[in-house]
Amino acid sequence: MVDRIAEVWGTRTPYARHERWPVRVDQVLAEGVRESEVERWVQSACVLCSNGCGIDIAVKDGSMVGVRGRSADIVNHGRLGPKGLFASWQGVDNKDRLTRPLVRENGVLVESDWETAMERIVSRSKDLLDRKGPLSHGFYTSGQLFLEEYYAQAIVGKAGIGTPHMDGNTRLCTASAAAAMKESFGSDGQPGSYVDIDECDAMFLFGHNMAETQTVLWMRVLDRIAGRDRPRIVCVDPRETEVARHAEVHLRVRPGTNLALMHGLVRELFVNGWIDQEYIDQHTVNVDELRATVEPWTPDAVAETCGVDAGDVRRAAEIFGTSDRVLSTVLQGFYQSSQATASSCAVNNLHLLRGLLGKPGCGILQMNGQPTAQNNRECGADGDLSGFRNWENPEHVQELADLWKVDAAIIPHWAPPTHAMQIFRYVEQGSIEFLWISATNPAVSLPQLSRIRDILTADSLFLVVQDLYLTETAQYADVVLPAAAWGEKTGTFTNVNRTVHLSEKAVEPPGEARSDLDTFLDYSRRMGFTRLDGTPLLQWSGPEEAFTAWTECSRGRPCDYTGITYDTLRGGSGVPWPCNEEHPEGTVRLYGDGVFPTDPGYCESYGHDLLTGATVGPETYKANNPAGRAIFKTAPYHPAHETPDDEYPFRFTTGRTVYQFHTRTKTGRSPQLNGAAPDAWVEMSVSDAESYGLGEGDVVRVESRRGHITASVRVSGIRDGSIFAPFHYGYWDEEGEPHGRYRAANELTITEWDPVSKQPVLKNAAVRVETVADGVGQSMAPTTTASRPAGRGGRRRAVLPTIGGPAAQASETLAPVDPPAVATKEERS
Amino acid sequence: MKLPVYLGLLHTSEGTLADSFRQVSEGHGDEPDIHFICQSLAAQCDQHQEALAPVIRRYGEVADDDEPERLHADGLEDTRTGPVGLLRDLQDLYLLASLVDITWTMIKQAAQGLRDEELLAVVTACDGQTSTQLKWLKTRMKQAAPQALLVAE
Ligand code: SF4
Repeated sequence: MVDRIAEVWGTRTPYARHERWPVRVDQVLAEGVRESEVERWVQSACVLCSNGCGIDIAVKDGSMVGVRGRSADIVNHGRLGPKGLFASWQGVDNKDRLTRPLVRENGVLVESDWETAMERIVSRSKDLLDRKGPLSHGFYTSGQLFLEEYYAQAIVGKAGIGTPHMDGNTRLCTASAAAAMKESFGSDGQPGSYVDIDECDAMFLFGHNMAETQTVLWMRVLDRIAGRDRPRIVCVDPRETEVARHAEVHLRVRPGTNLALMHGLVRELFVNGWIDQEYIDQHTVNVDELRATVEPWTPDAVAETCGVDAGDVRRAAEIFGTSDRVLSTVLQGFYQSSQATASSCAVNNLHLLRGLLGKPGCGILQMNGQPTAQNNRECGADGDLSGFRNWENPEHVQELADLWKVDAAIIPHWAPPTHAMQIFRYVEQGSIEFLWISATNPAVSLPQLSRIRDILTADSLFLVVQDLYLTETAQYADVVLPAAAWGEKTGTFTNVNRTVHLSEKAVEPPGEARSDLDTFLDYSRRMGFTRLDGTPLLQWSGPEEAFTAWTECSRGRPCDYTGITYDTLRGGSGVPWPCNEEHPEGTVRLYGDGVFPTDPGYCESYGHDLLTGATVGPETYKANNPAGRAIFKTAPYHPAHETPDDEYPFRFTTGRTVYQFHTRTKTGRSPQLNGAAPDAWVEMSVSDAESYGLGEGDVVRVESRRGHITASVRVSGIRDGSIFAPFHYGYWDEEGEPHGRYRAANELTITEWDPVSKQPVLKNAAVRVETVADGVGQSMAPTTTASRPAGRGGRRRAVLPTIGGPAAQASETLAPVDPPAVATKEERS
Repeated sequence: MKLPVYLGLLHTSEGTLADSFRQVSEGHGDEPDIHFICQSLAAQCDQHQEALAPVIRRYGEVADDDEPERLHADGLEDTRTGPVGLLRDLQDLYLLASLVDITWTMIKQAAQGLRDEELLAVVTACDGQTSTQLKWLKTRMKQAAPQALLVAE
């Protein structure tokens, strides 16, 4: 047994390049439950991050009593991380669950029934549609529903109501990943595979604290590092993360300067001739513009702007330029910082310049944050058109109209889809009066929370919230709908590297809670949405029919699911799309042939100017004639819009801890996880703490132009001049509203977004720090990860290590079976 | 030769456009994308003016231009409010940027006729940015128009 709070990544199983990652089956059962007492193990996959680890749910007496990793699954080879082990089931099976619909009466939410709640929703919805039309409606959804639910929601929104105001919190987590792939390759679709970790010679992690965000993926990297022929690691991150500790080169950039660094790396490839001219000639366009844009960014210029060592820039570039097989991963350090899309495209550019794509060990993983973000993008509940179709291409719109049997004119394609921040702006201005929020918590996760709270309480707004718990957001709702959770409903979802999993229903939902799919189907029926022939718009009786309908929508598109059924997903492993007649076992990597989905008739987007977000448009796009070639997209660097000054001298950045997920609705209800990271903290560097006379545990007030938070200090390995705070901590366990102490990192963040992906800039703001009180103990920050105390300096205080104790013991069974293989023929060929 | 007159016109128009972008940036600060992008675009216009300066010196400044008044466009004096006001202000910017854009086209023709490499290089560096400014304005107006014209109060 291993304490998996203290030992986040568990026991090492080293392996060498070209070998397959050994299996290790991780398992935990509720206290007092023996394995022999488990009545059933039900197949699923974990929904606490984008990794999508195959998981079996243990069921006893109609309750979830534990989990184990699925040894046959190609994603995790049996492993689970702390969130999967402790929060997946305990975060659901909880006394706080909503069990009945709530409606607002005389200003307070009271328990009600489905008939009353749905009739309130439908009557308001119909009334607004009659009076003001579809633009009065907005939908803000999640990265945590199932594919079937997003597809239903997409059809209701696009073909029932006809509103462009649909987005998900995927806007906060993966919008820049999607945007970068659309700009560079013509369509969304992850080029790389996790198998590339087994094959690479070098790994670049760009703003990706993989050790905390996708723990099981990091275990795979750690096991390669522990084996023969270990990969060389380069880390770009302002914090001293676990990744940084294992890196040969750690580029500790100033927050907000990623693009300058990327220009420097790209320039080094040109200058040193580390490029594949033949690949560039045959498979790309626009290289001249790229070369001209990066020209000023010498290593010295990068060092000056980014605050890194020029020699480190050269070393990093050399590793990229001279390693045979390079795998890159990108996450929020790039996606939530300034010039997000341009910086993420720069990673694609590095790989395109060397032709390092679609071959074993050579890949790009433009990561996702949330477990089902990929499906939101595919199905189009986030504003994209379903099946990676192009809203500027009338033929694509017509395809959907034919599929859904509706008039093409209702499908909102006459303007760009409205992104989340703009939806909230329209609510603020009163032109959206009906907002339906499902499975997300903007009252904690959006920037500038005082503004968001004002918007959610606007008199003009009718707010529907569908969730497991009475979240901070749900407390503002007019109607709250109780949702069935993971394990209480059946559906599919897709992880970062395109692997589709089936998650089966293991137990009944509590009380009257219903699946989100049932709720959307009920809404559609009550609204009387119909096809052109007068029959109901959505005719599915359950998730499997919805899935089958989706596979038709995906036919012939990059995300082709036509070879997948619920039955093919049962039993063994998840399957990576595209999966069709040509690829019956799924597909390991995309673009091995150097052909990209940029054909004007096929692409998902004609692209944008990366500086302004101006759409390129069909004429210019066609004139550029990409015709199956990838596109080098870039933009000049410009400094972040809010930079430190005399009044607000620090750069503020936000992020995650390994023990919590999002706004803690699930992880905060797991005693093991919450015990490990129970409260907010702020990180300062050793010398900044010294110059403010601060030490571990002292209480500070951190203030930006938009708000303040109060928290205790952890003196950590963060770079000088930067302050970090985790964004997980809101107020649901402090009576819902920030009555006393503000602690949500987003009180401070700025309302700003990337011009192309529209992802909010959550990782760059200017703040100042004031001492509030001397500390009485250590801060609540975990000691196991990036937030661990700095090894030196500061007013030292002995800090107790983060451990889980008896409740956090999990079993690990090493190598009980041979490792699974992805799409066997392709991988082995 | 009227080229100096047109160079002066372009120089002035870029200045007017820069001021107007800044005006809209401030006036519509509650729309963060407008606020920040208009600032970036104003800076582009400043750079265009700087790039033109040596050429203008070479051809000589024209103190009194004798071109008809209508070639000059007035900048935005102040900004409007509300969703429709935003749309109108963006539309005004679009007209100003169009004037700049077509003036660059004419200057380019003249520069080609003169085989003036220095001027051609300036045109190449700047006119693409102006057309992107137009595209951005159009993109943003297309986004804002339905809401402003159909549902906003
Ligand atoms: S890595 Fe992600 S998907 Fe896997 S167990 Fe952890 S939280 Fe779940």
